[in-house]
Amino acid sequence: MTSIGTGYDLSASTYSPDGRIFQVEYANKAVENSGTAIGLKVKDGIVLAVEKLVHSKLLVPEANRRIQTIDRHVGLATAGLLADGRHLSNRARDEAANYRETYNSPAPLKDVADRLGLYVQAYTLYSSVRPFGISTILGAVDQDGPALYVVEPSGVFFGYNGAAVGKGRQLAKTELEKLKLSELSMRDAVLEAARIIYLVHDDAKEKDFELEISWIGPDSGNLHVHVPKDLFDEAEAKAKAALETFE
Amino acid sequence: MDHFPTNWGRPRNDAFDAYGTYPIHQRPQNGPKDAFVDGVQRTQQPIVTGTSVLAIKFKDGIMMAADTLASYGSLARFKDVQRLFPVGDNTVIGAGGDMSDFQHIQTLLDGLTIDEFTAQDGHTLGPAEIHEYLAQVMYARRSKMNPLWNALLVGGVKDGKKFLAFVDLLGTTYSASTLATGYGAHIAQPLLRKAVEGYENVLTEEQALKIIETNMKYQVAIITEEGVRISESKTLDTHWSFAEGIRGYGAQAQ
Repeated sequence: MTSIGTGYDLSASTYSPDGRIFQVEYANKAVENSGTAIGLKVKDGIVLAVEKLVHSKLLVPEANRRIQTIDRHVGLATAGLLADGRHLSNRARDEAANYRETYNSPAPLKDVADRLGLYVQAYTLYSSVRPFGISTILGAVDQDGPALYVVEPSGVFFGYNGAAVGKGRQLAKTELEKLKLSELSMRDAVLEAARIIYLVHDDAKEKDFELEISWIGPDSGNLHVHVPKDLFDEAEAKAKAALETFE
Repeated sequence: MDHFPTNWGRPRNDAFDAYGTYPIHQRPQNGPKDAFVDGVQRTQQPIVTGTSVLAIKFKDGIMMAADTLASYGSLARFKDVQRLFPVGDNTVIGAGGDMSDFQHIQTLLDGLTIDEFTAQDGHTLGPAEIHEYLAQVMYARRSKMNPLWNALLVGGVKDGKKFLAFVDLLGTTYSASTLATGYGAHIAQPLLRKAVEGYENVLTEEQALKIIETNMKYQVAIITEEGVRISESKTLDTHWSFAEGIRGYGAQAQ
């Protein structure tokens, strides 16, 4: 970014001479500083996992969750500014509820992602606002089966089979590419997700972290819920064991 | 005296009371009128209606039953309408009265349960909360002179506590170990009271089902600690042979 400091990075409503919007790129930087979040679209469901960095031992365990529920069948994991994430999840809830009100049926994930994308993009247009420092992974099992989308700070959204955002996304993506996602069972996907989060966590740089895993599929009655405790404990134990053999 | 010279020599506008000579409530209204005010109508009668819902307490929970008929006046218009609706894992509501209003209530409750679900705070709504919510909605609507034309039974079990209560289009609420709406409130209620009162913690599921079956043709919802079960539509054996001898029943041989 050679043109930094030239005044083109002060407002989201100003292009730089080479056609970039620096405020949006800075928003992406905010995402890159956040703990990793991943999403897996497998045979019959979705698994979301987050590396929640805990900045103080005084925090209540399981508080400030970064995986949130949007509708019965829709889950959302964020990477970036925590407060922005909560604002976006509230908006997503409103959109999902509005879809239900209008069409009297659960919203397809594509429509939620589309509406959320439009909302995020509107925050890249004006000098009076700041773009969201958030990349959102949306997961759902809807009418057409499992679906997974990522909405970026610019407002673009893409569908994925496996998604990773945040600090450790590069390593997480290479790990996701090794998996045969379309053949994976939900249970195995939970184990893999835990393993990947533990793998990408950088012990040297970061303090403590808390693992968060949720799923949507037949195993959860097609509801978006955090995985049951016994499965979570198993996944965490196996992830720690795998880490030792890896190193 | 009109002190505005521009008005002098012009025909007087009697509709405009420049000096406020009338008491306020008699003053002619010259402001813009709501063109549709006469066109607005509120619900004054139910259209497609369901009638009886019966509910009793038994040892393990609540049993609720309703027939599946929705009538259009005296016409048996829809014969397979479900009038029992589960809300969450611990509650069932049963409705008599206007079926479209009941469908609206179902939509309201669906939104409410989603809001609670997405909070993911470890709390769920039980029958007592659902009943309170409905009572508030029903009373607010009747206070707007626009009621939801229903009589509702709310039954459920949560944290080992049985709950059974009533709310209607006026926002009236009450609770008892046997409840009924519509025609059932006249015919079945006394029989239910006799069979159930005092035995709420003794009656088994089978016995409770027997009591319900002697009173109804229907669908049954059984709510226990384990959750909600709603049966398929069933028909009862009815015996009308005795009616053959009654004048006015069937073909008249005179």
